[in-house]
Amino acid sequence: MAQFTPLFSLENQNLLTAVQPVGPLHDGPALPSGDWRRTGKPFLFHLLGRIGNAQIGPIYLGGLGVASLVFGTLAFNIIGFNMLASVDWSPMQLIRQLFWLALEPPPPSYGLSIPPLAQGGWWLVVGFLLTTSLLLWWARTYRRARQLGMGTHVAWAFAAAIWLYLVCGFFRPIMMGSWSEAVPFGIFPHLDWVAAISLRHGNLFYNPFHALSIVFLYGSVLLFAMHGATILAVGRYGGEREIEQIVDRGTASERAALFWRWTMGFNASMESIHRWAWWFAVLCPLVGGIGILLTGPVVDNWYLWSMKHHVVPFYPQVYPISIDPALMGAKP
Amino acid sequence: MSRISSLKFSLRGLMAGLGAGLLAMSLAGCGERPPIETKQLGYRGTGMEQNVNPRLEAVKQAANQAPASSEAASPDGPKASEVYQNVKILGHLSVAEFSRNMAAITAWVSPQEGCTYCHVANNFADDSKYTKIVARRMIEMTQHVNQDWQKHVAATGVTCYTCHRGNPVPANVWYKPADRKYTENSLMGDLAGQNYASKSVGLSSLPFDPFTPYLLEDKPIRVNGDEALRFTGAAANNKSTKQAEHTYALMMHMSQGLGVNCVTCHNTRNWQEWTNNPPQRVTAWYGIRMARDLNNAYMVPLTETFPANRKGVHGDVAKVNCLTCHQGVQKPLYGAAMAKNYPELLAPYKAANDGLPAPLAEAMRSVMYFAVGSVTLEGEQAKGLTQLVASMTADQGITATISGYHSASGELASNQELAKQRAFTVRDSLLAAGVAPGRVVLEKPLQAEANLAVEDPAARRVEVSVK
Repeated sequence: MAQFTPLFSLENQNLLTAVQPVGPLHDGPALPSGDWRRTGKPFLFHLLGRIGNAQIGPIYLGGLGVASLVFGTLAFNIIGFNMLASVDWSPMQLIRQLFWLALEPPPPSYGLSIPPLAQGGWWLVVGFLLTTSLLLWWARTYRRARQLGMGTHVAWAFAAAIWLYLVCGFFRPIMMGSWSEAVPFGIFPHLDWVAAISLRHGNLFYNPFHALSIVFLYGSVLLFAMHGATILAVGRYGGEREIEQIVDRGTASERAALFWRWTMGFNASMESIHRWAWWFAVLCPLVGGIGILLTGPVVDNWYLWSMKHHVVPFYPQVYPISIDPALMGAKP
Repeated sequence: MSRISSLKFSLRGLMAGLGAGLLAMSLAGCGERPPIETKQLGYRGTGMEQNVNPRLEAVKQAANQAPASSEAASPDGPKASEVYQNVKILGHLSVAEFSRNMAAITAWVSPQEGCTYCHVANNFADDSKYTKIVARRMIEMTQHVNQDWQKHVAATGVTCYTCHRGNPVPANVWYKPADRKYTENSLMGDLAGQNYASKSVGLSSLPFDPFTPYLLEDKPIRVNGDEALRFTGAAANNKSTKQAEHTYALMMHMSQGLGVNCVTCHNTRNWQEWTNNPPQRVTAWYGIRMARDLNNAYMVPLTETFPANRKGVHGDVAKVNCLTCHQGVQKPLYGAAMAKNYPELLAPYKAANDGLPAPLAEAMRSVMYFAVGSVTLEGEQAKGLTQLVASMTADQGITATISGYHSASGELASNQELAKQRAFTVRDSLLAAGVAPGRVVLEKPLQAEANLAVEDPAARRVEVSVK
């Protein structure tokens, strides 16, 4: 090594953007006829340049983007006004209770029929609007990628998330025959739903697809940390210019590969690490969605299912045996 | 150079400030200042742990001390019923015992207001104050709890102080919650009974009234099924996720009310499983039924007795839940055995006691009790049967389902025969009264043995559900 680098110097850990390359502002390539114009004059924002690209804009809005925003804004506002109405139109209470409030799906008695607006009807309306908005936005990510001559990986990754959203709010409720099974729109209330569906079906912990989903979730985090750390660590050799390293493997790439081969005997390549990350991220909601779709429509009780398949470990009986009083016909 | 070092210094200061800020934020999020100690309750590694904060525990202990009991009074001398007028339930006590009891109740319930909180000053026999009617009924309720709900209160029992703690109205009672101001004709903002920070469920957004369905009505609490896979038809478990939220809400209330967490009663891997959970779950099971019984048999019937200012916004009477007695402590008053010092509160006085509980004759359900080894109904119990016959002949559309039970004492085979014969007794009486045979159904209970050991008068019974 030509240069002595102090071990704990913050600058050399490459944790913050040190150099902001600034070039002439540009709109990007010309778009074919039929596409919209891009919106906004691009400008530079130094502070954002510290964490990303300093050039802001222009934005391509397009027909799909506008439609998606219209539907999304409608959904957002209907949820908001329902929350405001639920605290008797008090703005202070809306702020104080915001995390507790929700737009709740209809009660179980309505099944899959259309309930009155005041009893979950708004939930159905918002579900339609929000889903439309998401699907339009998905089409937008697909179309923009195509127009830039890119692959459509972002769109399909987004589709994996939409799949889980639709399983929780649409497919599973339909298979259960009741809108009431769906997720409420609210911060704490949707978490209560998560806890309740697990309790109702005998502990989601015993759902193997739930377990797989967690593997991919934690795996994504681990891969992200490993990859980010590796690239930052070889940044001093130009490792951040990954594409160049892919085309013309340099010392950054070699050192990164050596590091992992030395520490764990195996290394991903400059190209494959991104496939790892993409598949882990995509599989997380994909298998999670399968797990939720089975919960109720197929498996009623994951704990009993796991007992049946000998997944539940044996624990020594440390309490005196208690018998369910309801089984004894006991009415004291 | 100096500039650089000062920059580094300020950077360090900034980081320190940021760190302190983050720490403060995360602590504020916990809502409880440490230390928090963990007590292991079960097998290692299974997460069976109770969290205790010794600082808060000390405060709780100080606030939940039982008052000293006064010295026992002499049972000699004339009876209260002979000296005073209008003594309805404690007349069998001696005057000394009676006065001691009245003084104790005053100290427990109305220490500020004194005797005249219930009594008219110049005529203690007068029943014109509603508080006296209520107090009399509450003494009966205390006796009922101590005698019939020992599966929940054990031999420790309860006194007026368990709930009242020096307040004429116990500090923790519940009413049906108020509606939103603009509920009527409102198209928006349906709370669906939840999604509002509520103390009743530990400030969660769970359904804020778990009491009406479970501690007043008899809605099913259990949402878990017995099958691994989803079944259709009769075997289907049709409990919804929303029902699970309601059950969860009741459990949150119990947890808050007793100052315990879930694993005090349940094991960590499956809430429904009975084989690997602490025995406290059985006590809690009876506790839920006890609260329901007290609300329906004692509180609701007093609705007309209470003045409007003692009722909730819906005109309903104050009712009990777990917090009413427990007040944040697993065993109320840390298990202090007060009741044994007031034997008159342990059981209702019966002049001619046949040892059997009073027969139950409700719209949906009748229960009649039998003497040891007997298959016939006598005395009070026969009156219960008469009422059942009367309601069956009055409404031709209803069907009676009869199940016989026996106690655990004795030989199982002969006991089972006994339970069957008891059910036959009731059936035959109905048929003899002209009830069509199609309206009388015999149902063998899953387990006819209705208690765990020895002789229990409450176990020797026939239950009839009328639908």
